[in-house]
Amino acid sequence: MVYALYLAFTKGGEFVGFDNFTSVFGDFRFWPAVQHVAAYVVVWVLSLMIFVVLLALIVHSIRVRWMSSTTRFLFYIPGALAGSASVMLWLFMLDPTVSPVAVVLEQFGFTSFTQTVALAHLPVIFTIIAFWTGAGGWIIIMYGALNSISNEVMEAARMDGAGLVKTAFHIQIPLLRKWIAYMAIVSLAAGSQLFVEPKILSLASRGVVPKDYSLNQLAYVIAFGPQADFNGSAAISIMLLVVAAGLSAFFVFRGGLFERD
Amino acid sequence: MGRALAAAVIGFFLIFFVIPLIWLLLAPSKTTTQLNALEGASPLSLGSFGQLVENWNGLVTFQDGIIWTWLGNSVLYSGAALIITLLVTIPAGYALAKTTFRFRHTLLVMTLMVMLIPNTALVLPIFLEINAVGLGGTPWAVILPFSFFPFGVYLTYIYFSTSISQDLLDAARVDGAGEVKVFWRIAMPLAKPVIALVGFFSFVTNWNNYFLPFVMVPGRKSPIQVGLAELISNVPLFNPTTVSSITISLPQLALATVISIVPVLIVFLFSQRFLVAGLTAGATKE
Repeated sequence: MVYALYLAFTKGGEFVGFDNFTSVFGDFRFWPAVQHVAAYVVVWVLSLMIFVVLLALIVHSIRVRWMSSTTRFLFYIPGALAGSASVMLWLFMLDPTVSPVAVVLEQFGFTSFTQTVALAHLPVIFTIIAFWTGAGGWIIIMYGALNSISNEVMEAARMDGAGLVKTAFHIQIPLLRKWIAYMAIVSLAAGSQLFVEPKILSLASRGVVPKDYSLNQLAYVIAFGPQADFNGSAAISIMLLVVAAGLSAFFVFRGGLFERD
Repeated sequence: MGRALAAAVIGFFLIFFVIPLIWLLLAPSKTTTQLNALEGASPLSLGSFGQLVENWNGLVTFQDGIIWTWLGNSVLYSGAALIITLLVTIPAGYALAKTTFRFRHTLLVMTLMVMLIPNTALVLPIFLEINAVGLGGTPWAVILPFSFFPFGVYLTYIYFSTSISQDLLDAARVDGAGEVKVFWRIAMPLAKPVIALVGFFSFVTNWNNYFLPFVMVPGRKSPIQVGLAELISNVPLFNPTTVSSITISLPQLALATVISIVPVLIVFLFSQRFLVAGLTAGATKE
């Protein structure tokens, strides 16, 4: 972290103040990348927060043991597939001519791979890919967290006549505050650092998805591409860090992450 | 009504998660043309067993069975890191949650900050550090960075601060137990779920890590993820300029992918039995 700070404020070993930052701001690829990432993060974090909690609550209420474990297992397996392993998978899934879900793609009027990965669709596409890979792990965590709510509390709620929905909103979700806040923070950080999915699709679509779609990709391209500008790249990393930290602070305080009873 | 809706939601998401997996499982039994939905094959059809055997043979003879070396490396790196991680994160989370010391807040904030930094930004400094202490190119160059797991520290921190009541620990202190005993005898047994959780996530995160080992231990010491990338570079579809005489076909790649997930699934199944409910039932009167 310190090294990145050092790189961000120097050039060729000399201190240059905010020069690296301003030069990166001026890069014509910068603001589009910011917009792409912002749109993605909004869709991503919201989807995750809503659907993970919903699914965890439902899975937790499954009383039949084997059903509960199997569901969790199936939700999780996609998470075991790392970036390089998904390349091929999504290349096929998003191509209406060979995909198992061609039927769904055709409903949206997509008849070719390039149509599916059009720029405007990307925030949703990346959310789908990231959700497929990442939601399972969080569902497992939330499930474990739900288990740590003492049985007595749940029984008291039942005896007071609370149905599933009321219990969820008034008991379980408030007790999950810290966990949900943590999930929001981590997914925010991960989301703003969007890199693997666009890189995969850029490779698979041979450039239809641009190589510098996300800020992190841009940082990578600036550092390792023709410019070989490690300082500018570090500047982007620091900016990402600052934004992520600021937004996280919001969740830390709203979620009471640092409190304890 | 409520139940039906819940079942529908689960059903929908199950299909969402499972269809790509089914496709992946069926892929190793086909030929490339079948995968491309030519020859009248639909994406979810089953290929032939003979084809599966053929793909398997092609894969394990690639570079004289290097796939097993890769897998072995992954097990070594992830396994060793797992042990170290558990030894460090459990006490750390406990201390952050249940004890008071001067820099508690600072540590919490710093741990969070480090977690937010892009992985790519950290690899270069780590590389320089490891080389500076002369560990470059050894398994430690991978195991030590892998053991550093702030995400895990936060998991244990949140767990200890929400699920184990202070009263329980105080009761033990009143009974005359020293701090170490309190931690070892009371907190640890109750921490089974989070130990399983952290262990599991640590193993999987490290198993799937590509960039760090790629930089630190290229060549024969590579773990399976780097190996998979090398396989991909031998697939003409993704790398039209490959000059290798031995090419890997897409179904073989799918097979390699499936093989690379198996250890993760085993660890998952093993750790799931620890995520149980009601551990602290009746421990204190609240």
